[in-house]
Amino acid sequence: MKKQTLHISTSPHLTQGTSVEVIMRNVVIALMPAALFSIYAFGWNAALVLITAVVSCLITEHVLCRLANKRSTVSDWSAIITGLLLGLTLPPIFPLWMTFLGGVFAIGMGKFLFGGLGYNVFNPALVGRAVLQGAFPVAITTWFASFSADRFTTLHSAVLAVPFMEPVIDGTSGATPLSAFKFDGITTEASDLALGLVSGSTGETSSVFILLGGLYLVWRNLMNWRIPVAILATVFVFSGILYWFDPVEYPSPLFMLFSGGLMLGAVFMATDMVASPITSWGVMIYGIIIGALVVIIRLWGGLPEGVMYAILLANAISPHIDRLVRYRVYGTSLKTS
Amino acid sequence: MRTAKQTFKHGIHPPENKEETNGLPIRQFSFAPLIILPLAQHIGAPSKLVIREGQEVVRGQILAESDGYLSVPLHAPVSGLVKRISNVPTISGKMTTGIYLEPFPSSTQEILDGEPINLDAASPDDILMGIQQAGIVGLGGAAFPTHAKLKIPDGKHCDTLIINGIECEPYLTTDHRVMLEQSDDIFLGIKYLMKATGAKRTIIGIEANKQDAADLLRERLPKNEAISVEVVPVKYPQGAEKMLITSLLGKEVPSRGLPIDVSVVVVNVATTAEIGRLLPHGRGIQERVITITGPGVKKKGNYLIPIGTPLRYVLEQVGVDESVSEVYMGGPMMGVAVANLDISIVKGTSGIVVFNKEQIEQAPQVYPCIKCGACVDACPLSLNPSKLGILAKFEFYEKMAEEYHLMDCFECGSCSYVCPSHIPLVQYFRLSKSIIRKRKVA
Ligand code: SF4
Ligand code: SF4
Repeated sequence: MKKQTLHISTSPHLTQGTSVEVIMRNVVIALMPAALFSIYAFGWNAALVLITAVVSCLITEHVLCRLANKRSTVSDWSAIITGLLLGLTLPPIFPLWMTFLGGVFAIGMGKFLFGGLGYNVFNPALVGRAVLQGAFPVAITTWFASFSADRFTTLHSAVLAVPFMEPVIDGTSGATPLSAFKFDGITTEASDLALGLVSGSTGETSSVFILLGGLYLVWRNLMNWRIPVAILATVFVFSGILYWFDPVEYPSPLFMLFSGGLMLGAVFMATDMVASPITSWGVMIYGIIIGALVVIIRLWGGLPEGVMYAILLANAISPHIDRLVRYRVYGTSLKTS
Repeated sequence: MRTAKQTFKHGIHPPENKEETNGLPIRQFSFAPLIILPLAQHIGAPSKLVIREGQEVVRGQILAESDGYLSVPLHAPVSGLVKRISNVPTISGKMTTGIYLEPFPSSTQEILDGEPINLDAASPDDILMGIQQAGIVGLGGAAFPTHAKLKIPDGKHCDTLIINGIECEPYLTTDHRVMLEQSDDIFLGIKYLMKATGAKRTIIGIEANKQDAADLLRERLPKNEAISVEVVPVKYPQGAEKMLITSLLGKEVPSRGLPIDVSVVVVNVATTAEIGRLLPHGRGIQERVITITGPGVKKKGNYLIPIGTPLRYVLEQVGVDESVSEVYMGGPMMGVAVANLDISIVKGTSGIVVFNKEQIEQAPQVYPCIKCGACVDACPLSLNPSKLGILAKFEFYEKMAEEYHLMDCFECGSCSYVCPSHIPLVQYFRLSKSIIRKRKVA
């Protein structure tokens, strides 16, 4: 036998074959139904918001990596996810310059400041959105009716607002089901909500398409299903109890489930692996906390929507959950005969 | 009694890849022109030479005797001439003292027997002594001297003997073939083992992918013996002693403890067969069954190979691809990649797996831990490899050991197998463990 050059590696010499890129790429695929539906519902406005958010995140990631003298990490797909998620939480007629800024904050503050992928404490997209909510409270609560006739022919003037200018709001804005309920006591049919026939953020409106993406990830074994299940079950049960006591004062549990950003948050934001706990039990507790906070903020807080804050708060305590909720190590708490 | 419907927590399911060799009967391998025998073939003190250069030895003759309790003798695998006593290469890359033995023609090969151990007359200690004298070590890969493992410490007792026929490593089928072909030796070995340990019953544990072996052994179970065969689900690392005990008995071995702490002794099935074959003749171990397989091998199979046969000779005989680029001794999950084909088969070699260029995974890009939790849900001991990996990176070794039970990790590789970030977790843990051990000594 001729002389061989042998490749040396350490065991195990087999791997399962998944990789970070595979996971991230599939999350992007899973987000496509919701993203495409939002473009269908809101037209070019939504398309531009989504594209701007993604481009902004990619540019920010690339530039920051270069500034830090590191290999650019744009190819791992995670910045695309952040951009898509951010875009999906914004109103469809959100000014593009603000959207761009949101992407810069999402990546810069939500991810890079903590040390990049794997080290972020909070979901970066929600960090970006939280900054925008603080900075532009009016623009971020300016909605736009879905399925308007001219959505594929005309752009809303607000979208193209000149940077550093608040857009002029004209009369096309529609209230979201949650604000309609909160401020006027009007409820919307759950079926309309589920199908997304309502106004709201670009990607939040269609629960069906969001769930479709989530099911795809669960099927590919790339998502911890316990998180959305725990969140949605908690919201359903908690609000169901309230509704049972007083159906006039409190909205129905189905309305709670399908309105606002709950689906998107539960399926795609709370499940951010980096910012959620690591054990099955920890994840359940985390989900229950988010679910309870959503109900509390929505029904008793000053805001119509509470998903973002609920998840951010739960992100903050997730490392503590990991410290407290661990698996019992094999053979421990047993005496050596 | 609880039966084996239960299993241990977590674990993984790597592709088994056993079908290419599990139907192939064990075949005798030819003698290599030169046999190379390192003296250190087991955990514990290497054997001590009792022969000189230039001496002619007979197959079965003791070449080196045991040096202390945790040591076994080394027997001549062939009759031949001791050419040289000098350094020989080992798998770890280090050189160690060894014997170069030139075999005589096959026609002159006769086996020299020693003092037989009579099953009925021998005391438990006689049996242990016989096992030690036969040079037997764990053939599953650990190469721990078997007699030392069977010695029941004062204050403990053994009620159950478990024969480990799990063989959960992908690709390997030696134990499978041994169970199909050497059932008489296995049952005789069990009798010796039960007498030596005082065990009242024996369970042979077999994974569901070897149902034919389980059926055969069940059929041939000796009458009036408390021996049973249990089939457990296929899951890696079912063959780890602790995991097998949990699957079969529902008991957990205490952290840092041994099976005997729950009154159990576990012996590998090939080791058991060897005991049954050698002790009645007072013979020493000269050869062992090895699976040679992998995409790079032409004549895959299970071979009975003399100990000391050089790896290069083995590969030449079975035929390997031109592009051979990775060779492991042992299975792909826990085996060691070979750096040098001049090493030889030792008692602990359970398999040789050869991959060619196309199969080896290109060193994948390592990402930071994304806390996906896959490793946490894979670890059979319910450790937190993610956290341990992060702590290792920051060199918090004490915290790893004290708070996160690092020293319990038996390096099964399940966590590395599933990690999407391709973090070399097991490698970190091996290194961290050795650092902690060194610090303890210092
Ligand atoms: S190598 Fe250690 S930490 Fe990793 S899965 Fe196996 S026992 Fe657990
Ligand atoms: S499998 Fe790898 S990436 Fe996932 S939690 Fe464990 S160490 Fe982190």
